[in-house]
Amino acid sequence: MESIPLNFPFLASALLVGVAFYIILFKRNLIKLIMGIAMLSSGVNLFIVALGYRAGGNAPIYTDVPPGPMVLSVPQALTLTSIVINVAVLALMLTMVVHIYRHTGDIDSEKSRKLKG
Amino acid sequence: MSIIGYGYAVWAPLIWIVALAVIGVMVLIWRNRGQKSYKKGTAQTDIFLSGAKVPPEEQRHVKSENIYWGFFESLKELYDALMKPHTGIVNDYLLWFVAVLAIAIPILVLAV
Amino acid sequence: MALPLFAAFTIPLINRAGEKTRNIFSLVIFGLISFLVAILAVNVHSVGIRVYTFGATAAQMALPQGYMVPVRIMFEVDAMSMFMGIIVTTVTLAALIYSLHFMKGRTGQARFYSLMMLLYAGMMGLAFTGDMFNLFVFLEIASIAGAALAAYRTNMADAIEGGFKYIVISAVSALLVLFAIGILYAQYDVLSIAALAHFMQYTPLDMIALGLLVGALVMKLAGVPLHMWAPDTYTVAPAGTTPMILAASYISMYALYRVTFTMYGGLINTTAIGWVVIIIGVLSMFVGVMMAVHQTDIKRMMAYHAISQGGYMLLGVGVCLAVITDPVALASYGRDAMNGGIFHIINHVFYKALLFMTAEAIFFRIGTRDTNKMGGLARNMKWTAGFYIIGALAISGIPPFNGFASKLLIYESVLKFSPVLSVIAMFVSLVTLASFAKVFYSAFTGPPMPAYKEIKEVPKSMIIGMSILAVLIIFFGLFPGLIVNTIVAPATNALINHASYINAVMGAVP
Repeated sequence: MESIPLNFPFLASALLVGVAFYIILFKRNLIKLIMGIAMLSSGVNLFIVALGYRAGGNAPIYTDVPPGPMVLSVPQALTLTSIVINVAVLALMLTMVVHIYRHTGDIDSEKSRKLKG
Repeated sequence: MSIIGYGYAVWAPLIWIVALAVIGVMVLIWRNRGQKSYKKGTAQTDIFLSGAKVPPEEQRHVKSENIYWGFFESLKELYDALMKPHTGIVNDYLLWFVAVLAIAIPILVLAV
Repeated sequence: MALPLFAAFTIPLINRAGEKTRNIFSLVIFGLISFLVAILAVNVHSVGIRVYTFGATAAQMALPQGYMVPVRIMFEVDAMSMFMGIIVTTVTLAALIYSLHFMKGRTGQARFYSLMMLLYAGMMGLAFTGDMFNLFVFLEIASIAGAALAAYRTNMADAIEGGFKYIVISAVSALLVLFAIGILYAQYDVLSIAALAHFMQYTPLDMIALGLLVGALVMKLAGVPLHMWAPDTYTVAPAGTTPMILAASYISMYALYRVTFTMYGGLINTTAIGWVVIIIGVLSMFVGVMMAVHQTDIKRMMAYHAISQGGYMLLGVGVCLAVITDPVALASYGRDAMNGGIFHIINHVFYKALLFMTAEAIFFRIGTRDTNKMGGLARNMKWTAGFYIIGALAISGIPPFNGFASKLLIYESVLKFSPVLSVIAMFVSLVTLASFAKVFYSAFTGPPMPAYKEIKEVPKSMIIGMSILAVLIIFFGLFPGLIVNTIVAPATNALINHASYINAVMGAVP
């Protein structure tokens, strides 16, 4: 485990966020847009959980705890809340895309828009 | 009397309304001393187009697109430049967002 | 806070008892909520900052015994939060009364009222929170409820598109807010706003977090150049809910002020941030109004006006932010600029809500929003035309309506700061009046179109909803000094003196 540098989760999170932004900005298919947002939420959640890591720490549970520092538990609570909220948001977006497809027959963000200017 | 007063101007709306009412009364008095030969409902109040036929209502109505034609024609370059970013595509909205972030964050970090 | 959530979740149950019961139930619950909010407002005004901690043994105890750092989630209500709370409550009351008739004959009405209550709960939570993560949670609640409400009319294709754009934009900005919260948490290990303000130093990571927060919140409040979702969303939301989604945008503006003034206040280079806010404000005003004159859809035009008036608020507060470290300038015009900006929030919400309601009233009777087709409506819809005139005069800043009072404050103080900005503000006001006059001329006056000869006036509940707002507008216009001294000035003081906010939580600074 010592060969993985401690910064690794942050690099992974930055990579996820970067790829997610690329998808959101440049892909026209609405389903891909939603996948990009899901990836963005994964990246941010990973960032938050990775903040709480203490070197050589254990899981923050009090029963039968081995001696040593514990990983911070507050970011884990934040991440759980955030995952739940993002699930609700993604569900809402998917139902809207289904409705848009029913009305306009197209899920390209350029071809299915009716409001512009 | 409710007034907004600060070092350099005072705005007291009730005084303003009283002034308006006084002016309104004066206007009404002047108006009543005016022409007595104007009668509503007779041929005096019909639309007159120098003898030409008055077109029916749908054709007479000025559409709201056309009311400010002079304004829009003279500012045509401005409107072409303004209409181009307002495309309606979600991806472009987020592109603007990333662009603004890319400009604002270096300014904020370096301006400390 | 518990009451709106309770109402949101029990309305679908009550719906089984019939429609009238549900309407009466929502009105009663909302009356109770308004009463509680009024009591809280008077309390905050007389006592000062109130702190409510979740799960503590005594409600005021922010610091657990023996700790130096508040670890619990808390609500902290100061004058600015109370100000936003009053705005949101009033708008929701008018929207609720308006929707009673508007929603007749539509399916899924129980969900509509539920969503309205959820949106209200989200906005109030965002206004009262003292904790950054709570801010994120309530921001998401408000966006989900708002997007679902905007896309409520699923039989119209453009409605869903407006809702979809709203939720995409909100999701991305909320995730970036979460990212910034993560960065701040990593540095300081605390999450509540007061504690963060206490421990804040200026590392570049903090500035990155500030930049992300400002960017994401500006996107939520529809400032140019991040405003393009706003016309789509405000246009398609059903009647009473457009003012509520608008109020959600201004709650995001409140969150922006809370972050810049209280959290970072006094330590950063406020001139830089102030100028950023001023530039965004001026761009919003100008672009908003230029696009608004060009529109043919009546609600889209009003949505662009909402963007441009948001620019006024940003301009006023930005001027204050730019001079906050300079006591002479602050005393002479900074406070007035901020008073003007904040007063403009409450004025704008009222007259914009009134205007949106008149536009929806027209849509309700005619079935189209295209102004090219409307004509000669004032002959039949006298009340609607009257309210439209009141709203249009108020938004352009014509005395004696309330728009004039707040705009005068902004013009005068910005003039002392930099005359160019004031000239731009006056020009924007002129073009606002011009665009409303254009629509009034073509839609309301003019020869009566034969297609609209038998249009009747809108039903009574809608008129009552609109007249509440109209009465408030006239009242605020006639007694501006009263309103400024009672509601606005404490809010301004609360934002400028961020030390009092911190001390209410942390105790006297050791």
